[in-house]
Amino acid sequence: MIAVRGAAKIFVARGAEVPALLPTDLDIPSGRFVSFVGPSGCGKSTLLNMIAGIVAPSYGEIEHDGAVVSGINRNVGYMTQADSLLPWRSAEENVSLPLILRGWPRDRIAARVDSMLAMVGLTKFRRHFPAELSGGMRKRVALAQVLAYDPGTLLMDEPFGALDAQLKLVMQNELARIWDDTRKTIVFVTHDLAEAIALSDEVVIFSGRPGRIKSVRKIDLPRPRDVFRLQFDPAFRALYNELWDALAPEIGAEARA
Amino acid sequence: MNDNAVDTRRAAAAAADIERTPGHVVPGQFLRAAERAERNRRWSIRVGQVAIGILVLALWQGVSGWLIDPFFISSPADVAVRLWSWTMNGTLAGAFAYTMQAMILGFVLGSLSGFTAGFLLGRSDLLARICDPYITAIYCLPKIALAPLMIMWFGIGIESKIAMAALIVFFLVFLNTFAGVRDVSAIHLNTARIMGANGWQLLRYVIFPSAAAWVLTGLKVSVPYALIGAVVGELISSNRGIGFLIGQASGLFDTAGVFAGLVVLAVTGIVLNAGLKMLERHLLRWRDGA
Repeated sequence: MIAVRGAAKIFVARGAEVPALLPTDLDIPSGRFVSFVGPSGCGKSTLLNMIAGIVAPSYGEIEHDGAVVSGINRNVGYMTQADSLLPWRSAEENVSLPLILRGWPRDRIAARVDSMLAMVGLTKFRRHFPAELSGGMRKRVALAQVLAYDPGTLLMDEPFGALDAQLKLVMQNELARIWDDTRKTIVFVTHDLAEAIALSDEVVIFSGRPGRIKSVRKIDLPRPRDVFRLQFDPAFRALYNELWDALAPEIGAEARA
Repeated sequence: MNDNAVDTRRAAAAAADIERTPGHVVPGQFLRAAERAERNRRWSIRVGQVAIGILVLALWQGVSGWLIDPFFISSPADVAVRLWSWTMNGTLAGAFAYTMQAMILGFVLGSLSGFTAGFLLGRSDLLARICDPYITAIYCLPKIALAPLMIMWFGIGIESKIAMAALIVFFLVFLNTFAGVRDVSAIHLNTARIMGANGWQLLRYVIFPSAAAWVLTGLKVSVPYALIGAVVGELISSNRGIGFLIGQASGLFDTAGVFAGLVVLAVTGIVLNAGLKMLERHLLRWRDGA
């Protein structure tokens, strides 16, 4: 359970105070898949980073599983668009890192790494360094890494933003499957409305400059979902149209700004 | 020079794919052809290198005593004879050991202190900005100009040579460590902290390995400078070491002796560099094509 209580962020940039996110309230119940969608600069990543404890709110507070987030939040998994894998560690060494950091015994680490790599289908590439893997493989390793220590909440900031269209669908499908199996709380930041609808239980639309939540829409498409064919589903198309109408003025405003 | 494990593994994977490719008649033929081409290229490079060496030596020997007075350029034969006699009477071993000792101790002292200082200042923005003008000032100073001071402080013994080598190495390692620690990616730091890293683990698993490439570059470039520091110290004031041999020979207008000393330094440099390259290739094997 994540409870955002009046959280706001004001950055100081070039000698001026820039409101990145106006005071915001939002509840994300445990086990729910929630997407943040909006133009750049709408505060969606700022809110995610506040839940992760990387950014401290200027006003208000955020509660995660009953505790107020202050400082780095170690009870989440965090994945960004940028490559967060350590380039000097091989695939298996990257997956084992959070377990080493959390002081797991060696034999448990080995077994866990094996099963995680098998889950993302990279057992054969375990000794490869990130530079030797494709972009999609690196994302899978990163996914195996955040899932290895089994955090109850995943925070994902455009994790598949750098992938090509097909690979993106494959990774979305993988994430949907993992969510079906584990029912983790997932907060997923994206520019891509179709991606948000396909994966989420709830889509939160942000409006920009200054950032605030514009609307929250429940996505009641049945699960499990077939991400590849969902775009041809009339219910999906209706939702897409409806949410696009809410999002389009924001994106238009950004384009004119 | 792409003969590291990474490329071998890639080539092997590609070869496995190609063996299943219809129409590919002789599996492995292109791999073998590529390997053959690489071998040939390496041979050409070696042959070229040896040829240039022989050419220069032959020219040197040829013009010496014919176009140019051997008083100025000696000759390869005379230099070889001098090196041989130095080896036989123990002069070379003694001088070499002395210079190496000064160089190695200076290198160790300079790199340890340079690493520590670079690390501390790299981690503290405030400290770095406070120290900045002083660092710039000392950095701009030609370190060689400090040799007379080092000799006043530490005498004409090995201490002043160690100090010279350490001083030069300190700055190279300091600046590289500083840059390396500042260069650690914020994303790596944040993800590691969220994954559970405490302060010490952050150093061990993220900051040190991330800065390692920079620090190694600093160490690598400073090895020849450690040699320079030690030899400059010996040239200015000393009674032992390769620098002393060169200085003494020059004082006696003994050109063969000067060249013999230079040859020893050059060969030492080549051997040190080759060793460092191997070490670097091993430590930075994760870098694509490193």
